[in-house]
Amino acid sequence: MKQIAYLARLSWHYLWSRPLAAVLNLLLLTLGLAAITLVLLVAAQLDRAFERNLGGIDLVVGAKGSPLQLILSGVFHIDVPTGNIALHEVQALEQHPLVAQVIPLSLGDSYRGYRIVGTTPGYAAHYGAVLAHGRAWQAPMEAVLGAEAARGMARPGHEGAALLGAAFVGSHGLGGGGHAHGEHPYTVAGVLAPCACVLDRLILTSTESVWQVHEHATADDEEDLAILRQEREVTVALLRYRTPLAAVTLPRHINAGTALQAAAPAIEVTRLLRLLGVGADVLRAFGGVLLAVAALSVFIALWNAVRERRADIAMLRMLGAPPGRVAGLLLCEALWLALLASALGLLLGHGLAEVLGRVLLAQGLLPVSGWLWLPAEAGVPLLAMGVAALAALLPALQAYRTDVADLLSHT
Amino acid sequence: MIRTRGLAHAYPGTERRRYPDVDVRQGGTLLVRGRSGSGKSTWLALIAGLRGAAEGDLFVAGLQIGTQRGAEIDAWRARCIGFLPQKLHLSSALNVADNLALSYFAAGRPRDDAAIAQALARVGVAELAARRPHQLSGGQAQRVALARAVLLQPELLLADEPTASLDDEAAASALALLQDSAAACGATLVIATHDPRVLQALPGAAVLDLNQIGLQANVDKRQKL
Repeated sequence: MKQIAYLARLSWHYLWSRPLAAVLNLLLLTLGLAAITLVLLVAAQLDRAFERNLGGIDLVVGAKGSPLQLILSGVFHIDVPTGNIALHEVQALEQHPLVAQVIPLSLGDSYRGYRIVGTTPGYAAHYGAVLAHGRAWQAPMEAVLGAEAARGMARPGHEGAALLGAAFVGSHGLGGGGHAHGEHPYTVAGVLAPCACVLDRLILTSTESVWQVHEHATADDEEDLAILRQEREVTVALLRYRTPLAAVTLPRHINAGTALQAAAPAIEVTRLLRLLGVGADVLRAFGGVLLAVAALSVFIALWNAVRERRADIAMLRMLGAPPGRVAGLLLCEALWLALLASALGLLLGHGLAEVLGRVLLAQGLLPVSGWLWLPAEAGVPLLAMGVAALAALLPALQAYRTDVADLLSHT
Repeated sequence: MIRTRGLAHAYPGTERRRYPDVDVRQGGTLLVRGRSGSGKSTWLALIAGLRGAAEGDLFVAGLQIGTQRGAEIDAWRARCIGFLPQKLHLSSALNVADNLALSYFAAGRPRDDAAIAQALARVGVAELAARRPHQLSGGQAQRVALARAVLLQPELLLADEPTASLDDEAAASALALLQDSAAACGATLVIATHDPRVLQALPGAAVLDLNQIGLQANVDKRQKL
């Protein structure tokens, strides 16, 4: 044990006797490992987010257009909707024997970039969201804030329960900066606990609220209002099948037999992930190339170290060190690099993920955090050790074979 | 103690070189004289168990060399042989004390800082323990290397050209220190040199002159032609 401690100490000295090479190798290894950590973190969190947000939604129905856009706007709330659909068509779907549940969503307004979604209580229940403060909406113009939206809307010192009862005015459009519906303020009735799903970034209210706001905004007189009430619309409907068999007939029935479009999230997301997957593969390959370069660099550094320290190594052998101990010294030097680079690489990878997460969040996209440790990350130090050991193999062998008697010849 | 009988060595593809028999008692002094190419390095390598003899018997510090496995001979070398190389070979990555501690690492023994300080004090460089080798003068570096050689109280102290590139005064003090150090641990002292001053300074020492057999080998070759 003491021998290993001393081996570690000695190899530490040898490593830092060439500070420039040590720092360069450390940097290369760190960058490679950080890239791989970042891919691991982001991919895992995206997968998790997709799984959480899509869970239990079999079909998304909306206006005709791009099916991917329909999914992105209707499920993930990161794209603009394809248009609106008539309420009576959605109500017809509710009566369909193959449909177990329909959740209508009405989009169109936002507050400070957080989308106001008119829906039924079934939407929050679908994601299993629970209230942290207050109660669910009971009347039109009452709103329940998602956890992230509540945090973004709160003034300092007025977080959480203090938000209850506050009034805010939605603005037209999903990006913010549109026409403010000043005469129709919402009242905060409740705040949801974080659910790690899309609800966190939304403001929920009743479907009637959205209708009310827009009908009053567009109608000129009472007659107009009556007509608008008959032509009420929603934006998308989330469907759950009664039986898996519905997947065979229902989408085709909707796409061909009605003015609506049906998109299966499973299919569209697979397509999306294939696109994203290319990006992840590129980043992963980049990390791999960095690691390969790092391995080569460590190899060259150790190889030169063995040449430079040939006399040192021979002297150690002359002092009676068995060849294995001398080779171990070199291996240990490489493992030090791997250990340091693993720590730095993991930190850097998490830091980058956190920065990326903040950028994505600022754009209202999927949440990614650096404060998350995956079991798969245990592979990062192992990978680093493997790379370092591989790079040290030949130099260590060279050290193992050093001819001590060379010390005695005066060439 | 060194005793050789009919010792011979051959590199692959070369002629076998025979060495005269040697008898040195424990604590005695032997000078090995020879120009480069005379087989001096090879003889030292044989004595230190770094090369195997082709024939003959070799006893060093109570051990018959040539029957052991690699690990045994490594352990024996750590225990019984102190070596002062001509180029000193202090590691530039370590300070003086850590350079000495390499002996413990190589021998697989726990580090003994008190013994390191004592060994440095005995050769008069106790205050240099924290310095790096490049901060030492040539003379200081040699003293440090000598302290390293005798740190584990070897039975045999091998010094390779210890007076090369030293002026007369420095050479005399280096030799005196070498003798003192060997005497302090009761070690047999072997000095490989081609410096005539060493021969003059150590009149009582046994001498193994390899220039002679070098010449003989040359004569033999000529006869063959």
